[in-house]
Amino acid sequence: MNHRVCLKVNGEARDVEVEPRLLLCHLLRDELGLTGANIGCDTSQCGSCTVLMDGKAVKSCTLLAVQADGCDVTTIEGLAGENGLHPIQQAFWDNHGLQCGFCTPGMILTAVEILDRNPCASDAEVRHGLEGNLCRCTGYENIVKSIVAAGARESA
Amino acid sequence: MAIRTQTIGDPVRRREDPRLVTGQALYTADIPLSGALHLALVRSPYPHADVVGIEADDAAAMPGVRGVFTGADILPTLKAPFPVASSPSGGAFEGLQLPGSGPIADRRVRMVGDPVVAVVAETPQQAADAAAAVWVDYRDRPGAGDCRAALADGAEAIYDAVPGNRAFRWDLPANREPDPAPVVVAQDFRIQRLIPMAMEPRTVAARPDGDRITLWTSTQSAHRVRSSVAKILGVARERIRCVAPEVGGGFGAKANLYPEEVLVPWLTLRFGAPVRWAATRTEDFQTTSHGRNLFARLEVRADESGRVRHADLAMQFDCGAWFSRPGPTTPSLTGTMIVGPYDIATAAARAEGAFTTTAPNEPYRGSGRPEATYLIERMLDILAGRLGLDPVEIRRRNLIPGHRFPYRTATGLTYDSGEYERALDLALEAGDYAGLRVEQARRRAGGGKPLGIGVACYVEICGFGPWEAGGVTVEPDGSVTVRSGTSPHGQGHETAWAQIAGEQLGVDPARVSVLHGDTDECPRGIGTFGSRSAPVGGAAVFTNAETVREQAKRLAASLLEAAPEDIRFAEGRFFVAGSRARAVGWTELAAYAASEESPDDAGDALTSDTDFRPPSETFPFGAHLCAVEIEPETGEPRILRYISVDDCGRVINPLLAEGQVHGGLAQGISQALFENAAYDADGTFLTGSLLEYAIPRADMLPAYELRRTVTPTPINPLGAKGIGEAATIGSTPAVVNAVVDALRPWGVEHLDTPLTPEKIWRAMNESQAQGEESESD
Repeated sequence: MNHRVCLKVNGEARDVEVEPRLLLCHLLRDELGLTGANIGCDTSQCGSCTVLMDGKAVKSCTLLAVQADGCDVTTIEGLAGENGLHPIQQAFWDNHGLQCGFCTPGMILTAVEILDRNPCASDAEVRHGLEGNLCRCTGYENIVKSIVAAGARESA
Repeated sequence: MAIRTQTIGDPVRRREDPRLVTGQALYTADIPLSGALHLALVRSPYPHADVVGIEADDAAAMPGVRGVFTGADILPTLKAPFPVASSPSGGAFEGLQLPGSGPIADRRVRMVGDPVVAVVAETPQQAADAAAAVWVDYRDRPGAGDCRAALADGAEAIYDAVPGNRAFRWDLPANREPDPAPVVVAQDFRIQRLIPMAMEPRTVAARPDGDRITLWTSTQSAHRVRSSVAKILGVARERIRCVAPEVGGGFGAKANLYPEEVLVPWLTLRFGAPVRWAATRTEDFQTTSHGRNLFARLEVRADESGRVRHADLAMQFDCGAWFSRPGPTTPSLTGTMIVGPYDIATAAARAEGAFTTTAPNEPYRGSGRPEATYLIERMLDILAGRLGLDPVEIRRRNLIPGHRFPYRTATGLTYDSGEYERALDLALEAGDYAGLRVEQARRRAGGGKPLGIGVACYVEICGFGPWEAGGVTVEPDGSVTVRSGTSPHGQGHETAWAQIAGEQLGVDPARVSVLHGDTDECPRGIGTFGSRSAPVGGAAVFTNAETVREQAKRLAASLLEAAPEDIRFAEGRFFVAGSRARAVGWTELAAYAASEESPDDAGDALTSDTDFRPPSETFPFGAHLCAVEIEPETGEPRILRYISVDDCGRVINPLLAEGQVHGGLAQGISQALFENAAYDADGTFLTGSLLEYAIPRADMLPAYELRRTVTPTPINPLGAKGIGEAATIGSTPAVVNAVVDALRPWGVEHLDTPLTPEKIWRAMNESQAQGEESESD
């Protein structure tokens, strides 16, 4: 018994039929071909699958696709604008904020929400804001540096 | 316009990043495979059992299911043993057992997660549903959750061919009779089991391509996977193209050969269709190799001034249920590195290994060096405490002085180069060691949270051979192609190797393409592990680029009608000495090399692909300093300062080197404080998900303060020693030494890792209770 889901993904209206049990991350990856959101765990701890839903950072493995009906979803593929990289993407590049890159889409989209709430977030506030996202390569140092730098640039 | 030709040492931003920050990068799970089938594995929930029956008819009839396979279907078709273990070369191993059980169970399972039934369906969800509907009847056998249980009298044999479960003995006898020394200190250590946990769970995909197969796998070593899989499946190596696409971390655990890397291409051949398998996090925790996990007893003998004269190490090593790569190298590396950066005249080490009903226990970031460094660094603090010496002073008295290199250790290694005390001095200065001691004394006298200061010096061994490929070709348009045998998974080799070739050839690194991790694109390779990529793979690029430059000189001589010895090279251009105006660059030379006018012997001009074979290993070193404060009410440790001084020889790109240090520190600190992979006595896995296993979050780790000294190695022409594992090695003992230092007023001399708040709180409170008791006696 499939359900119809109408949602906007990266600005584009999508109309899909899904199994009721399908997770949002599988809809994005397997049905819509947006593989930027990575699946790193099965208990909603790692945050690699984070996307923005109506502007809020959510773990797409924790939502059913049907829950996204009527929502506006932004994935990492949709973050860069016409003029190039989003300032947070740019800051991750400039500050060596990634190594293997698997956690990076989730980190960047979580950072969007952290800086939306407080563009002047301190190191400690950024670290707290990243509590739902794991990284195993960077020791977080340059991720924090990237986000703080992006915030400083946005609020300057 | 002057071209900047010196690029080694520049903090160049990574060329890898644009595709990674925009979600365009393709990991194995992302490779588009139209019509792909999906594999799910029914895995053993028991540590040790006989498989007495499999009922899969219901599963086979479920929607979308295309096939159900057991060991009886698969194992008889395989042409070579799995696992691929063989005896490590050069080690003094005795009685090494290398039992094989195949990539899928043959009537017996030996760890939680052993694959028993392979289910193939049209979607991942259908495969998972059908796998859940397979009924397997197990007859339980006693298991062994650690090596002591496995070696105990009467323990159940995990392999019929290995009674007593003893996997090997390894012995490094003392180099000579130890001199008598009056101070003898011994300590038992339990180094816990860790899960490497790359963020990307293991994933394998394969597709038929004509009469060939393309095999994508999340690996650190595409070439080795191809060779092994070809042998096991009985197909010619040339028929398999193995690709390590974007790889989401490895930390040593993806350098092995895993069952799914055999099963997926087997199924692809069977169905003539693409097949994919992606581990869940729980499957990954259950079946990807773990690391560390050692029982050790270290005894040192010293004189009263604190000079250590002899070290004696006895180890019991847990091999897990099988060797996922060629044999046990961790215990022998631990033994041979046990003298650390210290001038210790004699040393002996021995190990016994046992099979247990647990995941394979294999090299994890540092393999052997973190263990050895932790043991000797903890021991020096214990010895300093007994002798009333400052931990820094005891290290100064034992460090190998700079004029002693190359230095031959009591364990038979030759350390290449080092300025160990300079690194220590820099750490002390950067961290204001004297000031921290003053603050500690103030708190101890006047109250305040307990403050501990930990110091650790380390030396490690990197740059393992026997060789690595790094071919360099100047293309007809003057651009450059590097074909590397290294297999990066976050290290940034595309950026770094372009810097090396760019500097050697005097071209903008942007004109250098770097290919890797694809057995079709790069003909030979070993892979990335053991911090070998820069000192071996980078050196290969360096030397091949040099050869191409010499080839270009001969071409330039012909083109400029001069003698080759008169040709000079600067800023990417060749000219006759004294007449710089008439210079030729790579574009002209490449065109000339391809033209009919070029000299007869220029058929393979402007290309070189000679493997670099290092004559020996390299030995990076450093010194770490950690200040930690304990919350008295809860026992929670908080790192106030962390200073990491690391000397990896010549640095190719400081941005990348610092990134490696950051990540290494996180994992080493986490070993000291958080992580612990646990099995119960029988081998039931207790930490099968991120709910139970403590990967640190951003707010659990400190900011790191990095310093660097540069002592190039003479072992390779690049001068690079390797940096991938260094900080993991130095950090665990620095943190533990700091916590134990904070607990000195409670009489604590040692605590085994991880130093959880509970363990620290108990040490503070139970030792007080003991103190009160002894007073009342």
